[in-house]
Amino acid sequence: MTWDQMLDLMWPATWETFQMVGVATVVTVLIGLPLGLLLVLTDKGGALQNAPVNRVTGAVVNLGRSMPFIILMVALMNFTRAVAGTTIGWEAATVPLTVGAIPFFARLVETSVREVDGGLLEAAHAMGGGTWTSVRKVLLPESLPSLVSSVVTTIIALIGFSAMAGTVGGGGLGFLAINYGYLRFETGFMWVIVAELAVIVTVIQLAGDLIVRRLTNRGGSGGTTRLLRSRDTPSEKDEELVLPH
Amino acid sequence: MITTKDLTKVYRTRGREVTALAGVDLHVREGEVYGVVGTSGAGKSTLIRCVNMLERPSSGTVTVDGVELTALPGTEQRAGAELRAARRRIGMVFQHFNLLSSRTVQQNVELPLEIIGLDRGQRRRKAGELLELVGLADKARSYPGQLSGGQKQRVGIARALAGDPKVLLSDEATSALDPETTRSILALLRDLNQQLGLTVLLITHEMDVIKSVCDSAALMRGGRVVEEGKLTDLLATENSQLARELFPLGEFGHGHRGNTVLEITFQGDTSARPFVSQLARTYQIDINILGAAVETIAGRMVGRMRVELPGGHRDNVVPIGFLREQGLQVDVLDEKGGAAA
Ligand SMILES: Nc1ncnc2c1ncn2[C@@H]1O[C@H](COP(=O)(O)OP(=O)(O)O)[C@@H](O)[C@H]1O
Ligand SMILES: [Mg+2]
Repeated sequence: MTWDQMLDLMWPATWETFQMVGVATVVTVLIGLPLGLLLVLTDKGGALQNAPVNRVTGAVVNLGRSMPFIILMVALMNFTRAVAGTTIGWEAATVPLTVGAIPFFARLVETSVREVDGGLLEAAHAMGGGTWTSVRKVLLPESLPSLVSSVVTTIIALIGFSAMAGTVGGGGLGFLAINYGYLRFETGFMWVIVAELAVIVTVIQLAGDLIVRRLTNRGGSGGTTRLLRSRDTPSEKDEELVLPH
Repeated sequence: MITTKDLTKVYRTRGREVTALAGVDLHVREGEVYGVVGTSGAGKSTLIRCVNMLERPSSGTVTVDGVELTALPGTEQRAGAELRAARRRIGMVFQHFNLLSSRTVQQNVELPLEIIGLDRGQRRRKAGELLELVGLADKARSYPGQLSGGQKQRVGIARALAGDPKVLLSDEATSALDPETTRSILALLRDLNQQLGLTVLLITHEMDVIKSVCDSAALMRGGRVVEEGKLTDLLATENSQLARELFPLGEFGHGHRGNTVLEITFQGDTSARPFVSQLARTYQIDINILGAAVETIAGRMVGRMRVELPGGHRDNVVPIGFLREQGLQVDVLDEKGGAAA
């Protein structure tokens, strides 16, 4: 194969991968973010404390997380046909990709949001803020760097899974790599595609790190710690006062 | 301004019960600085958090500025609209400042104003005024992470004042700060109390804080208030533990066996009178001064002196009576150095 032949094949496949990952990422964030918040808010001590909702949501998320991607693709065949109108090509692959990524991202959101210092929520409550204020003015902005890095992690995971989806007729770079590299013994071409995927992943990771660093670069945190404390911790000075008995 | 009636709080964690408050009656008058002091675990934080319902009391009532907060609907996690409205008029500052790291100083002060629903222009103006008031106008665009502890607490105070509160709650606001910064923050609280007529309820484990800013104080132990009152009254109370703590003479000598040791406390104008020499002249006794100190407490000069008189308590009934007639407070110490019953 010549470079020109390779490039002619790679451009459309790259574009397909971008579409798959792009659409899947947008939908994943739109659904996974509220889902992650729901996991935190309905938990014990949360503003919307609700044990049944929390347990069911948690179980569904865990099920989604533990399901092997290939099985998910097969299991979702009918759903995919209903949503995308087809079961082959990048449009079809986007459906299981998204379904698989949502629980993954939701857990990352949950972890990020839990890291927010409970004292900040307390301050918002003391000011007379409600649940919505806590979410919009405290939880989301304070966990933003961590949320952005979760999105980056999710995008990179989606690129990996999209390549896997390609191997079973999902289109994109993965499809190309398997179709030519493996089935037609164009090993060189396969390595070119692998290199391209590596470059894409690296660029996204670096760009993500840059954004996260810019968001975090505010001279440190507002409190003294970002530990999971829900109330004040006594300082070591507490021991100093000795009152007579 | 703040009244609690028979306030109790019991925490239940994994079957174990902890009584953090065991019936607290607190009364904070309008315009005063009221300090609650006690060792770690005494229930001070629980008490102050019950005042704005961050913690729901197990029983009892809390009334702030005429509103009975305990009667307003809501849960600990989720306050009802009325309670949220009441909280907007109660400022709170925290030991660890609790500033949002994602917001600038100015934006942090604007947060309560956003909650109240002021528009952009009003918020900006108000926040500017408040930062001016706490002496941080030049840091408006900084992030909290770029400030020192004392500066962070000033931002915390500006933020707490944003809703024009009548009451300011402070939970160990200076405990994470060094002594010098502590002094400047306390001076600021005192200024705000005087300039704005702000009622301040503060929690501390340090007697120095009580001594330097409070008009009244309560001593907490084991979830109860064991002693409370105006500092000037406490100092005039015999065997007051708070007074002893505020004004310790512990390191002074305890005199000789068989002699009588007195602790004399004098306030304001009495400190100008030469009662020691009067006593020595009138009763022809040799007075041995074991120690003395003068300090300013709650804005008044207060002195305490430990003296030794020859002979036992019975021999000195008349001189002690003389001192008490002079308007002095006299505590007779037993041989171990504690106050006699
Ligand atoms: N959220 C909680 N759950 C269980 N026990 C608590 C909780 N908060 C405080 N306590 C207990 O209540 C008591 C009083 O605590 P606190 O009010 O923080 O005291 P202080 O502020 O005087 O140090 C302590 O024994 C503490 O362990
Ligand atoms: Mg405390």
